[in-house]
Amino acid sequence: MRYAFTQDEEDFRGEVRDWLNEQLPDDWNGIDEDSEEGWDFTRLMRGKLADKGWLTLAWPTEYGGEGASFMKQVVFNEEMAYYRCPGIDGSAIKMLGPTLMIHGSEEQRRTLLPPVARGEVEWCQGYSEPDSGSDLASLQLRVDETDDGWVVNGSKIWTSMAHRSDWIFFLGRTNQDAPKHRGISFFVADMHTPGIEVRPIVNMAGSHHFNQTIFEDVHIPKDALVGERDRGWYIGATLLDFERSGVQYSANGRRILGELAQFAKEQVGADGRSLSEDPQIRNQFAELDVDIECARLVAYEVAWMQSVGQVPNKEASASKILGTQLMQKLAKFGTELGGMYGMLGPGSEYAPIDGKYPKMQLTSVSSTIAAGTTEINKGIIASRGLGLPRG
Amino acid sequence: MDIGLSETQQLIRNSAREFLEENCDTQYVRAMEEDEVGHTDELWNQVAELGWLGLTVPEEYGGAGMSFSELAILLEETGSAMLPGPFFSTAVIGAEALKIAGSEEQKSELLSKLAEGKLKTALAFHETGASWTPESVSEMTATETEDGWILNGEKRFVQDGAAADMLIVAARTGEEAKNGITLFLVETDSANVDSRELKTTSSDRMSVMSFGEVSVPKASVLGEVNGGWDVLEKVFQYGAAGKCAEMAGAGQKMLDTTVDYVQNRVQFGRPIGSFQAIQHHAADMAIEVQAGRQLARQAAWFLGEGLDATRQVALAKAYLSESYPRVCATAHQCHGAIGYTHEYDLHLWTRRATGQRLAFGDTKLHQETLADSAGL
Repeated sequence: MRYAFTQDEEDFRGEVRDWLNEQLPDDWNGIDEDSEEGWDFTRLMRGKLADKGWLTLAWPTEYGGEGASFMKQVVFNEEMAYYRCPGIDGSAIKMLGPTLMIHGSEEQRRTLLPPVARGEVEWCQGYSEPDSGSDLASLQLRVDETDDGWVVNGSKIWTSMAHRSDWIFFLGRTNQDAPKHRGISFFVADMHTPGIEVRPIVNMAGSHHFNQTIFEDVHIPKDALVGERDRGWYIGATLLDFERSGVQYSANGRRILGELAQFAKEQVGADGRSLSEDPQIRNQFAELDVDIECARLVAYEVAWMQSVGQVPNKEASASKILGTQLMQKLAKFGTELGGMYGMLGPGSEYAPIDGKYPKMQLTSVSSTIAAGTTEINKGIIASRGLGLPRG
Repeated sequence: MDIGLSETQQLIRNSAREFLEENCDTQYVRAMEEDEVGHTDELWNQVAELGWLGLTVPEEYGGAGMSFSELAILLEETGSAMLPGPFFSTAVIGAEALKIAGSEEQKSELLSKLAEGKLKTALAFHETGASWTPESVSEMTATETEDGWILNGEKRFVQDGAAADMLIVAARTGEEAKNGITLFLVETDSANVDSRELKTTSSDRMSVMSFGEVSVPKASVLGEVNGGWDVLEKVFQYGAAGKCAEMAGAGQKMLDTTVDYVQNRVQFGRPIGSFQAIQHHAADMAIEVQAGRQLARQAAWFLGEGLDATRQVALAKAYLSESYPRVCATAHQCHGAIGYTHEYDLHLWTRRATGQRLAFGDTKLHQETLADSAGL
């Protein structure tokens, strides 16, 4: 038992902070990554991170990583989130990479991973379909084998960043007769392949982040298949465990709480005292402080399990639930602290803290839905974690 | 960051679990609730022989010299089994108070007796105000005489006061709230020390103890004259972290009990554990138990390493004081009517939760510490 990082890890944290302080603008306070300006800056930082060797820190050296330990990766992810630095491509680095390490062929690893490590490509994930959300295994996108490869027909939805992506990994149905979990395969495809069409979907926060991705007679080569045919569901499920483990929530939360504490100290309430003297507000700060710590330690538990070779499962779901609920609570609190001004979003002349929190209140609605809703994750905890019978 | 238990810690956990399953079932816990003393000598002596009382007592005083992390692992198990008797008051509060403030003579005499099971201690802190603040010590006074001190006043919520051989009494010796408290070691069989039971819904063995012109020798002062609050503040941290460990262990027990029940209880032709409503209750419990365990262990580890644990203890106690009672409430909801009966064991834990959440500071007190630490 040890609830502290090693000296080596803390030294590395210092190095990352120094580097970020150097690379980010002086008045840096994060950027809307969905905007064009944000995308440009994301690519700029991605290139710099790749040059530094930090983009794919935990990957083995032969695929362009540094072979860093899980805990070093944790430290890095925390600092990136705390500094609100863009550049890490969540789909490829956190999900595709670890999945190909386990299920991919050597050839796939050698061709697909180094460009990710060099920061040259963007990947997106094709899981959900218009008629298959939480019941993902009911997916219908059809993939038929041809003489020289596969032909894909159907549609994926909520494909984050598809409009900027070079590649997609996706699940498709390769066996129409097998039970629903056993007829699914895992594929990769070049987004520039003829027949792929990306249609934007604007979200309630006014941003273009996700899309509908349509496949019409899309021919992809034989080696687009990852792992065994019809075994894709199980590959996809491992990948979701990678997706759900995250320390970014608590690190981001810590930054937010600090920012809001500063605001509360400076802001005078209706009674003439600073907001930070209001007992109810102090109480809310303390509650969020505790929530952040819960999310942090449970995320550490997930990373620690991975570091000793265990596969986190109910722990990863717990981490995802705690982290995403935390984001929503923080967004709500940050909005409420602004009083009437809390309805002013980015760009408004009177908006406190750049109107960040009202905007975050809108964007964070998706956090408890994407990558498995809170309810789906509770179901995983109950059935896979606690052994309760399936309904 | 190493979330796993060391070999020693695993050994402590497994052997404690095994011993308590065999010697401290709920039948025993129920019997002890009705018992005048609240524990049996037999079990107390076994606990002493296992080395539990002196787990964190240095080896030179006859203890095992382990850190608070190890004691916390043990407390998860005693919390789960609701071990009756003054174990917490002695092995956590008494041992830490003596380690922190005891003179060499006090330590060599009292810590070794404590580790052997021959000295049971209890903390006499609260008075009418009954808060965990220095102002709470107001009417209990100690007056210096030529050869010692005279104590006068009444203490409330003295946990394990009736079972203890020795009390750690906080008395007012000066006007300044913090710098006017002195601690005294007072034997419970001293003349003019009277005790009556203060029955609580938690069955946690509280007493009201009155002191009428009780004279104690100079050597009974624990720590510095007027320096008692500094000691108490530290002791309360161990107390709060220890209670968190108990609640973490008991929370896991509530979860296990509930999972077992909902797998076996059949309604509408299927186990109720197959219903989403119940599954989500169980998942909520699991998440809170998991987070609570991590917070409790982190607090214990910081204390064990001798680091400043102010924030870690406050985070843990603020969380578990809310989450553990919620876990108990959810356990009841999943059990339905049977869990509400006296015959079914669930209430044994639920009732104790009330005392545990209040002990060594409730949610509000620890939240205030956190707000302060954020510079608000």
